Amino acid sequence: MAREGRGAGTAAEIVFSHVWHRYPGRSVPAIQDLSLTIPAGEICVLIGPSGGGKTTALKMVNRLIPISKGDITIDGRSVQALDVIELRRGIGYVIQQVGLFPHMRVEDNIATTPRLLGWNDEEIRQRVHELLELVGLDPEEHARTYPAQLSGGQRQRVGLARAMAADPPLMLMDEPFGAIDPITRSRLQDDFLRLHQTIRKTVIFVTHDIDEAIKMGDRIAILRPGGLLAHYDTPEAILAHPADEFVARFVGADRGLKRLSLRTLNEVELLDAPAGADASDLLRASLETKVRDALSMMLTSGNPALLCTDEDGNVRGMVTIDLITALLSTERRSPVP
Amino acid sequence: MIAALLALADEGPKIPDFGRGSDCVRENGQFCVDWVVKNFGDQLLPRLIEHIELTLIAVGIGFTIAFTAAVVAHRYRWVKTPFTAFSAFVYTIPSIALFQLLVPVTGLSWTSAEIALVGYTLLILFRNTLTGLQEVPDDAIEAAQGMGFTRQQILTRVELPLALPAIMAGVRIATVTTISLATIAAYIGAGGIGQPIFDGIQRGFRTQFVTAGVLAVALALAADGLLVLAQRALAPWMRARQATS
Repeated sequence: MAREGRGAGTAAEIVFSHVWHRYPGRSVPAIQDLSLTIPAGEICVLIGPSGGGKTTALKMVNRLIPISKGDITIDGRSVQALDVIELRRGIGYVIQQVGLFPHMRVEDNIATTPRLLGWNDEEIRQRVHELLELVGLDPEEHARTYPAQLSGGQRQRVGLARAMAADPPLMLMDEPFGAIDPITRSRLQDDFLRLHQTIRKTVIFVTHDIDEAIKMGDRIAILRPGGLLAHYDTPEAILAHPADEFVARFVGADRGLKRLSLRTLNEVELLDAPAGADASDLLRASLETKVRDALSMMLTSGNPALLCTDEDGNVRGMVTIDLITALLSTERRSPVP
Repeated sequence: MIAALLALADEGPKIPDFGRGSDCVRENGQFCVDWVVKNFGDQLLPRLIEHIELTLIAVGIGFTIAFTAAVVAHRYRWVKTPFTAFSAFVYTIPSIALFQLLVPVTGLSWTSAEIALVGYTLLILFRNTLTGLQEVPDDAIEAAQGMGFTRQQILTRVELPLALPAIMAGVRIATVTTISLATIAAYIGAGGIGQPIFDGIQRGFRTQFVTAGVLAVALALAADGLLVLAQRALAPWMRARQATS
């Protein structure tokens, strides 16, 4: 018998429709009339200042926090209509403090949900092995250790593996990399994005770090205090045309630069390199370089042009400071508040 | 009747008789190894076994009561205060007084002894179990909830295993305390290793009460050691944590 959800590689569409949450005894609602649709297989980042209700919104999906009004659906099924235990077993859940069970070995931590769902031992053993490799841990080395014997980054990898164990169509991640040092965090972000390319789950990701949101999100939902949705769009669109003053301030005065970091030179229409450029001593950068880094290289060297090279070192074109300025200003012509 | 009394008086002051023993025993020497060797099997060992029984039953019943109360108090907070007050009150009663208090109710008996001994274990076992349950990290509970554990599963699979070190620490203290307190139970005729201690003191026979006392201490140490081993076997993860912190 095929286990429900197992190996199907499915992702679910999540819809918030007019969702409200009011904490008892508080006059201001934590979430007000939140409506948004998260397409299946995308990463949606919830971000906002503290008190913006981003964690509240996340926890209403698996009903750790009750919905006061409105509804949330997963692939059209209301989370309120499902048995709460069933519902949670079908959703991957990752939290900042990881929440690994200290008394269980790594393999048993990862096997938690499959065991609750009644998989047999052989299925579980294989799945644990597969997941450890997927999150970049060596099964031989780590399966039998206890959480206390792992580093912070390794623990969060195990937390990720545990959340994905039963192959849920939706994963909720509440500041998953928030307590990890910047270098490890950046590596975990890269690994998770790569992983997401293969698993293509729907992910709701809460963070308070705008750079993380821009890097991780297919879409970003910015919440303002009181749990009102301020702007919901792709990172590119939000940076190019912030909905209002609040969003513009929230994404920062350097939003132009942030936009440049969303693209590599590959994605830019390059100028033709001047004749004999091969031999010239102009700056060079690979096509994989972020536009923002290319700009920084030109500014620091005082040289207004940069040759772009492919992996074989052949010059494929040229980028100049003027070109980058034009790139940003074409989008600035559209109305901006 | 009168004749018997006269006959008794005729015998004059009685010289302590420690049995047909060696010179050491007859002279009540510092410590007579030969007496111990000769009487261990029929005088000391049965008392020691009684003592182990007294302890096991007291800690067993005490644990059942305190553990249940702690699990209930973990769920229903209001239970904590009355149960703590009750068990703390029992704990403050001097042991001899409590044994004596129970005599009119349950008699000079094993039952009286067990009731008192159980009473003394409650406070420690209840407190340690409840503290253990309350100190389970919130993130582990939140993760368990988020993954779809039922309340029952959170208790049995997360909270109790994580509270185990605290619970075992309580069991160790309760066991050692009970072994020591149970010697006094001989005062109301409940047997145990306290019997030869009282007996030896009454007769002034040093070897007897010293040996019995040493046996009580040895029993306490052995029981504690066994419980440490049991804890290591039940909570292997504790050592992983200690090794890295």
